[in-house]
Amino acid sequence: MAQIVGAIATSHIPAIGKAIAEGKQNDPYWKPFFDGYGPALSWLKQAKPDVVVMVYNDHGLNFFLDKMPTFAVGAAAQYRSEDEGWGLPVLNSFPGDAALSWHIIEHLVADEFDIVSCQDMAVDHGFAVPMNLMFPDAGGQWPVKTIPISINTVQHPLPTPLRCWKLGRAIGRAIESYPKDLRVVVFGTGGLSHQLDGTRAGFINKKFDLYCLDTIVRDPEALTKLSVIDLVREAGAQGVEFLNWIVMRGALLGNVSQIHRNYHIPISNTAGATLVLENRSVAQSQAA
Amino acid sequence: MQHHDIPGTIVYDGEQAQKGYALNAMCYSFNAAANRDEFKRDEDAYCTKYGLNDEQRAAIRERNVLKLLAAGGNVYYLAKFAGILNLNVQDIGAQQTGMSVDAFKEKLAAAGR
Repeated sequence: MAQIVGAIATSHIPAIGKAIAEGKQNDPYWKPFFDGYGPALSWLKQAKPDVVVMVYNDHGLNFFLDKMPTFAVGAAAQYRSEDEGWGLPVLNSFPGDAALSWHIIEHLVADEFDIVSCQDMAVDHGFAVPMNLMFPDAGGQWPVKTIPISINTVQHPLPTPLRCWKLGRAIGRAIESYPKDLRVVVFGTGGLSHQLDGTRAGFINKKFDLYCLDTIVRDPEALTKLSVIDLVREAGAQGVEFLNWIVMRGALLGNVSQIHRNYHIPISNTAGATLVLENRSVAQSQAA
Repeated sequence: MQHHDIPGTIVYDGEQAQKGYALNAMCYSFNAAANRDEFKRDEDAYCTKYGLNDEQRAAIRERNVLKLLAAGGNVYYLAKFAGILNLNVQDIGAQQTGMSVDAFKEKLAAAGR
């Protein structure tokens, strides 16, 4: 059976992609951020994932306001990286796992999540930057298959934290009912606090971010009591990307422990963060 | 519009999305280099092609982010316009808050202390 071995949450700020392209990892501005990835990379190496399920949000590459799905699941053999208009390099396409995608889609719809399925999908920095960060030696030959799951964090009404948690639970159940022996890592991307627009631009809320980082590990359901407006107020207008993290955490159905975390202000206009979680099935935990 | 009391903050909802549709559609087109070039060759003609209203055209002409937002622009699409102008998110943050870019960067760094 497929098994979710853990999860990685990471910021997906475009400037990170630019810094990687320009080899700036050891610049004084970037070093505290990139140094936070060492333990995450070591964990990922030993986790040996076959598939990465990427929970992210599109920022106007694949989806426009003409058709804005609340939840969309990729169902393609590959996903294109494309020009986003402001200079981030275009990467090699990311391989998909269409069979697992359709299995997830079947289960989500049966579980009353009326998602949009996408056989043709370009993925933007919300997907590509985390791949670039977590597979730095790939050289464009991505060592995993990927499944994009896009959450609307652009046009309100956004899905509530509770709904996102429930979606995550359903994704977890779907993956763990897949008959093929696959090791799966779920990524949740974006955040943490930031606001790009309005006269409150530049808003960052360290206290709230640290609350989120603690709570998502040990008491994630407490986060489902927040409203979307609470998230806008406390995390900033674009800090609502934390919804992606909530979906990710929801997908971990076993006993969850924190392997690593890093938090650094600022990266561009954002509080940069990384969190690595291990997920052990109840049976595994009893054996150990 | 959802009720909220958050100062200086836009909840980008259906009302905004309707108001800004043409402006955002134009900015969405800037994903393609050929469209960026076409805009640069004749900004006014490009705005006409996408059906921008007078408020939106003026805000584009003035490169004024707060006015673009007031005209229904969504920041993720506007970012593609900012890209054409070689402005990053610190530049547009400074413009919206009336600060110098250095002061805006210092404000960001101070949030970590």
